[in-house]
Amino acid sequence: MTNLPLQTTWFLPRGELSRLIETLRADGYEVVGPTVDQGAIVYSEIRSTDDLPKGWTETQGPGQYRLERRTDDAYFGFTVGPHSWKKYLFPPLVTVSTAERTPDGWSISDGKNDPPKYAFLGVRACELAAIAVQDRTFLHGPYVDPVYKARRDQAFIIAVNCTQAASTCFCTSMGTGPRCTRGFDLALTELPAGFLVEVGSPAGEALAARLPLVEAAEDHTREAEARRQNAVDQIQRRMDTTGIRDLLLQNLEHPRWSDVAQRCLSCTNCTMVCPTCFCHSVRDVSDLTGDQARRERQWDSCFNLDFSYMNGGPVRNDVRSRYRQWLTHKLASWFDQFDVSGCVGCGRCITWCPVGIDLTEEVAAIRSSDGLQRPPVSPAAT
Amino acid sequence: MTLQTGINPWQSHPAVIESITLEVAGVATFRLRLQSEELAASYRFEPGQFNMLWVPGAGEVAISLSADPNGAGPLDHTIRAAGNVTRLLFRQTHGSVIGLRGPYGTSWPLEQAVGSHVILIAGGIGLAPLRPAILALLAQRDRYESLTLLCGARSPDTLLYPAERAEWERGGMKVLTTVDRADGQWKGAVGVVTLLLDRLTLPDPQQTTVFMCGPEIMMRFCALTALDRGIPAENLWLSAERNMQCAVGLCGHCQWGPNFVCREGPVFRYDRIAPFLNVEGL
Repeated sequence: MTNLPLQTTWFLPRGELSRLIETLRADGYEVVGPTVDQGAIVYSEIRSTDDLPKGWTETQGPGQYRLERRTDDAYFGFTVGPHSWKKYLFPPLVTVSTAERTPDGWSISDGKNDPPKYAFLGVRACELAAIAVQDRTFLHGPYVDPVYKARRDQAFIIAVNCTQAASTCFCTSMGTGPRCTRGFDLALTELPAGFLVEVGSPAGEALAARLPLVEAAEDHTREAEARRQNAVDQIQRRMDTTGIRDLLLQNLEHPRWSDVAQRCLSCTNCTMVCPTCFCHSVRDVSDLTGDQARRERQWDSCFNLDFSYMNGGPVRNDVRSRYRQWLTHKLASWFDQFDVSGCVGCGRCITWCPVGIDLTEEVAAIRSSDGLQRPPVSPAAT
Repeated sequence: MTLQTGINPWQSHPAVIESITLEVAGVATFRLRLQSEELAASYRFEPGQFNMLWVPGAGEVAISLSADPNGAGPLDHTIRAAGNVTRLLFRQTHGSVIGLRGPYGTSWPLEQAVGSHVILIAGGIGLAPLRPAILALLAQRDRYESLTLLCGARSPDTLLYPAERAEWERGGMKVLTTVDRADGQWKGAVGVVTLLLDRLTLPDPQQTTVFMCGPEIMMRFCALTALDRGIPAENLWLSAERNMQCAVGLCGHCQWGPNFVCREGPVFRYDRIAPFLNVEGL
């Protein structure tokens, strides 16, 4: 799934969307996509178009998320919710190793790693970018994570271009959207009569050949373009990323960190909803006899007090240092580590922060008073 | 055994505890041998690297090797009983089996130090990760101008490897020791380890290399003293410690500025880490 040139676009009549889901399911894919659950649009298994959030949209703001009815029956008329695809590729809880006591000591083996074949339906441009960011963490470093790789290798990705934006969106600042340009097998743009379909990979092409597609008419193409432009036009939030790595790493003692620490609850929400946050803890679970043990990997957060715990106590003992760790990692040291920003501009951390902390505001505040004249920070020792 | 791309980084290997030698109160050296003869024969490490030791049911800990790096001998780890896992390790007996994976991390730049005066500074149990370097340096004593070990400990009875010190001195290493609190028998220096560095004669500061391992605050002040004495920043090396859970730069716990201490460290060149060494709570 690389950057094939976008080929002739096709059109899938609205009534045939179910064929896409059925075909994938017949091929053994577990189709996962957006669905309404507990007042939010989340990702879950999609068995038919009935499971999709037809006619729903949402309003989002700092610390705010509300589902609303649309005036039409659009299937994808919303942006992103609290879930991201990382919950499938990098599961929140997974066993990485097991041990069983034997007369000679311990018999140690890998955790079970035979995930379902996932087809992701409705991946937005910022989410494609987020998957590419996590690819760098889990696949392209010196060590490949077998759990992520097994899931990622098999995944089939159907992107959906945004035709509207939430107030928290800032993908245009991060250069990640809203247009889906790479990293998908198929990409859809929703119109009232159906979906404009772009092919992004040989696997996508093979699937497209089995769908009842017709060649896209010119007014379909034009309308799709107008709808995609609508998303661009609606994006209000901005983050100035000029020299952002040095800006943040040269302001490690900026008074703004204490200011944001007064508001931050250190609740970990931002890291849980972030589609690129990869930190996890590994802990042992054993049965009562102690003869069976396994190592479980679980999402962790740099906002947890024990995240940095050592025998002398935690390194990051206050909220100030924990928020600083999160933001400088996400927007600055991520470049040193993975040669890319850790932020894709999806805005989830703004929406799901219970007190509405907005990282774009925090960065702007630091930038506006960047006067501490600290020496430049050398790159990571490698 | 060295982890390479494509190999499951979580895979631990059974290792037998061959002996447990009490060093000082609460500190013991665990001598491990990989159960698989093939792995045991191929296992190599560089001084300064660490292993992840697993007590199934309790958890894993990152422990620096303190073994002799020359040849495929037993794998010594000097461990202080500090947390759940290390306390459980102390309840194991000879012949017990635990899990081991590694080695991980960067190592002391022994090759780069060839031809220079090498000063090793250890604070407390910080001597353990330096022991492989000491043995490697002594094994090639003639390649180095001089070798000096500066040791700090809380009190005389907490000095690690007391029996070996005479051996190291015979091998051509000057060993100086200071304690925070002396007892009636103590005839050595009293005070922090930076004082030893202050008083040390440096024949050629420009051609002097320093390896430090101990509490962060100790290394910070030793580095400042070394810089004051004219030793270049790029000749100063330190070994850092952070919470480590994966050892391969995936879990995120050990981040220190842009560095994953497990991967870019634990051994860092001072000038590359200095901007972060002085920031509280980073």
